[in-house]
Amino acid sequence: MEYVIEMLNITKIFPGVVANDHVTLQVKPKEIHALLGENGAGKSTLMSVLFGLYQPEEGIIKIREKEVKISNPNDANNLGIGMVHQHFKLVHTFTVLQNIVLGIEDTQYGVLQMKEARQRVIDLSNQYGLRIDPDALIEDISVGMQQRVEILKMLYRNNDILIFDEPTAVLTPQEIEELMKIMKLLISEGKSIIFITHKLNEIKAVADRVSVLRQGKYIGTVNVSETSKEQMSEMMVGRPISLTLDKEEAKPTTPVLEVANLTVAGHHQHKDAVNNVSFTVRAGEILCVAGIEGNGQSELVFAITGLVKQKGGTIKLNGKDISNSSIRERNVSGLSHIPEDRHKHGLVLEFDLAENLALQTYFSKDLQSNGFIKFDARTKRANQLIDQYDIRAGRRAKTNARSMSGGNQQKAIVAREFERNPSFIVAVQPTRGLDVGAIEYIHKQLVKARDAGIAVLLISLELNEVLEVSDRIIVMYEGEVVGELNPKQTTQQELGLYMSGSKKDKEASHV
Amino acid sequence: MFKNVNQEALKTIFASVVSILIGLIMGLLILLVTDPSNAFLGFQRALLGGFNRLPRSFGEMLYQATPILLTGLSVGFAFKTGLFNIGASGQFIVGGFAAIFIGVRWTFLPPSIAWIVGLLGAMVAGALWAGISGALKAYRNVNEVITSIMLNYVAVFLVNFLVVATVFNQTRNESLSPTNAFIPRGFFNDLFPRTGVHMGYVVAIVVAIIIWIILEKTTFGFELRAVGFNRHAARYAGVNEKRNIVLSMMIAGALAGLGGALLYLSATGVHIEVVDVIPLQGFNGIPVALLASSNPIGIIFSSLLLAHLNTGGFYMQTLFPTEIINIMVSVIIYFSAFAMITKSILEKYLKQKGGKNA
Ligand SMILES: Nc1ncnc2c1ncn2[C@@H]1O[C@H](COP(=O)(O)OP(=O)(O)OP(=O)(O)O)[C@@H](O)[C@H]1O
Ligand SMILES: [Mg+2]
Repeated sequence: MEYVIEMLNITKIFPGVVANDHVTLQVKPKEIHALLGENGAGKSTLMSVLFGLYQPEEGIIKIREKEVKISNPNDANNLGIGMVHQHFKLVHTFTVLQNIVLGIEDTQYGVLQMKEARQRVIDLSNQYGLRIDPDALIEDISVGMQQRVEILKMLYRNNDILIFDEPTAVLTPQEIEELMKIMKLLISEGKSIIFITHKLNEIKAVADRVSVLRQGKYIGTVNVSETSKEQMSEMMVGRPISLTLDKEEAKPTTPVLEVANLTVAGHHQHKDAVNNVSFTVRAGEILCVAGIEGNGQSELVFAITGLVKQKGGTIKLNGKDISNSSIRERNVSGLSHIPEDRHKHGLVLEFDLAENLALQTYFSKDLQSNGFIKFDARTKRANQLIDQYDIRAGRRAKTNARSMSGGNQQKAIVAREFERNPSFIVAVQPTRGLDVGAIEYIHKQLVKARDAGIAVLLISLELNEVLEVSDRIIVMYEGEVVGELNPKQTTQQELGLYMSGSKKDKEASHV
Repeated sequence: MFKNVNQEALKTIFASVVSILIGLIMGLLILLVTDPSNAFLGFQRALLGGFNRLPRSFGEMLYQATPILLTGLSVGFAFKTGLFNIGASGQFIVGGFAAIFIGVRWTFLPPSIAWIVGLLGAMVAGALWAGISGALKAYRNVNEVITSIMLNYVAVFLVNFLVVATVFNQTRNESLSPTNAFIPRGFFNDLFPRTGVHMGYVVAIVVAIIIWIILEKTTFGFELRAVGFNRHAARYAGVNEKRNIVLSMMIAGALAGLGGALLYLSATGVHIEVVDVIPLQGFNGIPVALLASSNPIGIIFSSLLLAHLNTGGFYMQTLFPTEIINIMVSVIIYFSAFAMITKSILEKYLKQKGGKNA
């Protein structure tokens, strides 16, 4: 058998966009086949066709050399196809275990039989090193663990064609290492994997072959060992891309955000998520908070932005104490926030793009008068941002946010938050899920904002990004600031030691 | 070619019509099973509804439509903001009581404004009543479905108690007539003499339009819908989502309460009877809202449909027992509303079919 999956001449059209335009994808058995393409190139759509979520307008699919019709995810499952979606499909109010068995529960006399299922899940999780807490509620666990739940879901169903739609976008470097090991292990057991990622070094590290899409069209397939990162990115974008960022020396001036002795309660009452943290971000600098996911960065941001009330300490913005201000008060006094979870906080998916782009400014003089929305002004503003930030949206301002590709959703949030005259921007993993071109663009925007005198607080799990973009780094470990580093004088290795708690500055908690 | 927006609207209207047809077929089946010889004549009268004996039947239909238009708006408004207000009945009866109380006891008010005060009082009462569910949802995260169902019972018993204590007609075991606050009949008096319809219907239509404007055209509606769709994102954007949940529930309550006032301030001899029954008008708001996909303008029409069938039912009384008529009307309405829910399912199916054929 030469190919385990063949998607031939697939065309999928949405209102206003040809998401897949006669695309071909051929995956060999036991290979990791990377799928590369810009945001909105049609990768998720192609995979949704393979998984039975969409019916293509044209084209045929062959699985193990037999032509098949995949009308829904059940058909896909029966063919052994499993998928980890870019945006997870978990029931938030259910536990990890319930989510894994959902849909194929064992029942006896109509009563759920969870004991065996639990054992199997625990076994699988041990076998593959997929750490989970079977009884935790999904809404309480980190995105990293949510993803492990999604992977276990596939393994639990004995799928042997595994689709990973941007799995690494939400993971820490350590978790990415682990995931890649797991993927290799799965291949050695005879499974085949389609791996979507925007990170070229990941492709270099694990993939055997890579297929490239650009604006819905199939560009080609190459052997990873015979190509370079530069060649791949050029295939993908259609022009050469600079993979490094040039920026001038920062010229920080006055303090904009001053955090003093901040303490934030943790999810589980016994331990504080943020413990007595102090730091300052000045106008014209990018301060990066590095750290492994779950060391208090999210809670730190929630307290700064007002989503969670701190237990102690103060937060000052432009000299004004905002510790007890409402979210709206903070937002209008110059705070912009690119949130970590774009679907939970960043967007109202049922709203169209114009409405989402107005989410933070709908009450401003420009967009309303006497409480009535100025629709023309809103649409005009939306179209302007769409053009300026190159947001790909089939129906422009009228595009439903849910129908947009992940990267373009993120661009919309970035556009909204950058373009409302902030003096301080907190960006939590702002380039998560973006293609190299878009990352280049966002990084440039961050630097541009900095050069315009904005204070930028960047939360990133990505070592490259931390070292590349920041002017100053602080490292968080278990809720505390354990070190301050100069990106020019440190290495990935040193940073890693701080992040894992193996190294600690003495007087580090006051930076 | 139509613009996409219009296509969407057309699809919704088409789905409503198909749903209603399904409901009608089910209704006819009920009649055929009960009494085949009268079934078609009866069905004809049901279909003629408000047109059975013009102009009178038409006036009756508008009279019937008035309160359910408001309970429909109450449920629909809540839906649009992410809440399921199953407590419209309780809010309705609480509002009705407030209106009667004002009509009976506040005799110092001149009749020209007494009814208006009655309507406003009912809105306040309904709003406060629903506000309980809203506050529990917002601040204690208690599901509004549960609290509002429970409050329906509390409302009925409380109102019974208050009627007996304050505005009781002992001989008839019901509330006194709010003679001072009857809603004027205005031009309806000439158009549809000797019917119940009054200026309250105009009030109801105006309110429906206002609700539509609030939801679709104002920043307040934008906030409410944002909270309804994604509470977290709304909060992130600085919307006070707790306050909005309470407000949204209170507005829904005010609408249902107003519905109660519009019924009990009609000069048609309706009173609050001291019996332990939850008023039907509240529950009827649910299918009325569903049938219109919660669109306030659509609700004007879906409430008319229900009123139309009820009026038709009135003219079927010589042919069928009232129970059967009621069953038929409920079956038609509930099937239609139910079919509406299946719209999305159908749509998906058609899409897949389309994909296959292409
Ligand atoms: N359900 C839908 N309805 C309408 N348009 C859609 C829908 N899903 C995707 N699209 C559009 O199709 C195009 C391809 O989207 P897709 O999600 O496949 O991109 P992608 O390659 O996965 O991008 P990303 O890297 O950002 O996730 C985009 O322009 C997107 O807006
Ligand atoms: Mg995608």
